[in-house]
Amino acid sequence: MEMIQTPEINLSAICHILTLCVTGLLILVLDLFINDQKLLPFKIDKKLLPYVALGGVILAGISSMNDFGPAVYAFNNTIAADNFAAFFNVIFCIGTALTIMISINYMEQEDLNHSEYYALLLFATAGMMLMALAASLITVFLGLELMSISLYILAGFNRAKVESTESALKYFLLGAFATGFLLYGMALIYGATGSTNLKEIAAAIKGDTLNSATLLYLGTGLMVIGLGFKVASVPFHMWTPDVYEGAPTAITAFMSVGPKAAGFAAFFRVFLVGLGGITDHWVSLIWVIAALTMTVGNLTALAQTNIKRMLAYSSISHAGYVLVALVAANEIGSTAVLYYMLAYAFMNIGAFTVVIVLGKKGEENLNLEDYSGLASRHPLLGFTMAVFMFSLAGIPPLAGFFGKFYIFSAAIKAGYVGLAVIGLLNSVVAVFYYLRITVLIYIKDPVREFPPLSISPFTLAALVIAVIGTIQLGIFPSWILEIAQSSSLF
Amino acid sequence: MVPLTHYLLVSAILFSLGVAGVMLRRNVIMIFMSIELMLNAVNLTFVAFSKFLNNLDGHIFTFMVMTVAAAEAAVGLAIVIAIFRNKPTANVDEINLLKL
Amino acid sequence: MLNQYLGVLILLVLATGTAVGMLTLTSLLGPKKSFPDKMEPFECGKKPIVSPRQRFSVKFYLTAVLFILFDIEAVFLYPWAILFKKLGWFGFVEMLLFIVVLGIGLVYVWKKGALKWE
Repeated sequence: MEMIQTPEINLSAICHILTLCVTGLLILVLDLFINDQKLLPFKIDKKLLPYVALGGVILAGISSMNDFGPAVYAFNNTIAADNFAAFFNVIFCIGTALTIMISINYMEQEDLNHSEYYALLLFATAGMMLMALAASLITVFLGLELMSISLYILAGFNRAKVESTESALKYFLLGAFATGFLLYGMALIYGATGSTNLKEIAAAIKGDTLNSATLLYLGTGLMVIGLGFKVASVPFHMWTPDVYEGAPTAITAFMSVGPKAAGFAAFFRVFLVGLGGITDHWVSLIWVIAALTMTVGNLTALAQTNIKRMLAYSSISHAGYVLVALVAANEIGSTAVLYYMLAYAFMNIGAFTVVIVLGKKGEENLNLEDYSGLASRHPLLGFTMAVFMFSLAGIPPLAGFFGKFYIFSAAIKAGYVGLAVIGLLNSVVAVFYYLRITVLIYIKDPVREFPPLSISPFTLAALVIAVIGTIQLGIFPSWILEIAQSSSLF
Repeated sequence: MVPLTHYLLVSAILFSLGVAGVMLRRNVIMIFMSIELMLNAVNLTFVAFSKFLNNLDGHIFTFMVMTVAAAEAAVGLAIVIAIFRNKPTANVDEINLLKL
Repeated sequence: MLNQYLGVLILLVLATGTAVGMLTLTSLLGPKKSFPDKMEPFECGKKPIVSPRQRFSVKFYLTAVLFILFDIEAVFLYPWAILFKKLGWFGFVEMLLFIVVLGIGLVYVWKKGALKWE
């Protein structure tokens, strides 16, 4: 009897994913037996489970940092553990760790203290890592779905609240719809090139051994729709403000950073590695989407009165800036995206943390007016919010400025001056609505009494980390840029 | 033998029917079924390509799509039940608290 | 070659014609009197006690959801079962891990009380 040759198994290439999955399962199982302490050999308090999750994420983050170095291809070339993936994985771990830190107090306050929340966060992070590591369409799809399915549940986690379940339903229906397009695109690309492996797809395009060029172009277009939806680019952005508004705020913070970065990781990997040979065919499409995303995102953000919706539109416009880097398709662009996503993780989660700190159960204080005069009552909190707003607006010397600077210089270097100009004009528009909040905080008189703040140590730590990250990346960008440069796809 | 084009045409038609269903139907469960139709149209494409290219990747992909679709169905049904408990309707037009 | 199918074609036309013709004739000629007993789902049986269109318990959905999940995951067992001997110990251990993860899911569902009907 002939035995089947099994491909080489390299568990160390995915040990961060395994860490997250095992920790997630552990939390689920521990939670089951918490009410039945006699079945457990040791005593454990339900309050400890979030810290178990945090520990798992930190471990995964450390093992992602160990991944920097020569690229490792594992599992029959479906996993590419290179610097690009390692950099993204570190971003995911930072995003998830910060989310867990701000969730501990928030979820208790909202009476949502279920351990499944943390398990799902870990599973979603594992999915994002799989997307960053993916070197095959199958792994891209699996990672994307692991992330999305966890997020559908997380968006509707506050199941007693109509808005939360409604946002989950919208996210689910539109997400599954987009998955259909993405998959059809993958199927056509597979048919055209005869492989699901990104490198083999690239080789088939380069060696001109395509079965059908038409199918390839059709598939590429369908994949743009599918991935464009996941990163919330115009015209596939309609779900974003609704879902961001309805989901629990901690989850909104999480969704605006990790899954978006993961979507871009997959976007860059598939389009630059797999479909890099037909750049001419998709670049104009992405050009239009990038310009639309920036413009529509920023202009609609101007009209918002709810801070969560405003941040949702702002995150749409930021997706537009990152797409500019994809259009550039060069080394600076790829470097800039890594830097930008890291900076964005700090500043956006930071901004949402301030939103969480200012809210109480049943009284979330989400109107922009509620921020009037914040600095006169809570000067430090007002200052941190101002830092995040300035950074999101792209004002030097904060992290957001350098991110935008590198992205636009990448576009100019690649010859897309028009797109860079559109981006610059958009940044000017964006300054207006970010500054409006800062003006409210510093110049307006308070419209209401601010209650005394009760900020838990972990939330405070998350806020401090976010502020330090935002300022530090802005003032000393060079060391992180060096790492990003060594992690670029080119 | 039935040529590849026929399989591709059938799956393209099924996929379009699914897309049309998502756009036109107003009942959550029907929308949901239309999405499943889209996914299964893709499965047909994968299997057809797999057969004609003599390559097993498509089969593996189909397995993954099937299991993921099942997980998605489970989560989707759960969300519909959760929303039904808050607001007894399955019509997407009435699920409109968040403005679009 | 198409001649072979001529009979089938004639049969198809005849069958369709008969069915359509009979349906049209009855709807044209038949008397139309409706009374409550006639409108019941089982005209010759017992009267239904409750309306068949009533809502049924949401518990059925839960059972259905769990069934879909565990049923479809079993799809991975079939290729493994066919190649069981050729895959050897490696396949056995891999599948054992897969089943352990599924088992954790089952334990979770069980402990959460989702398998209890009442």
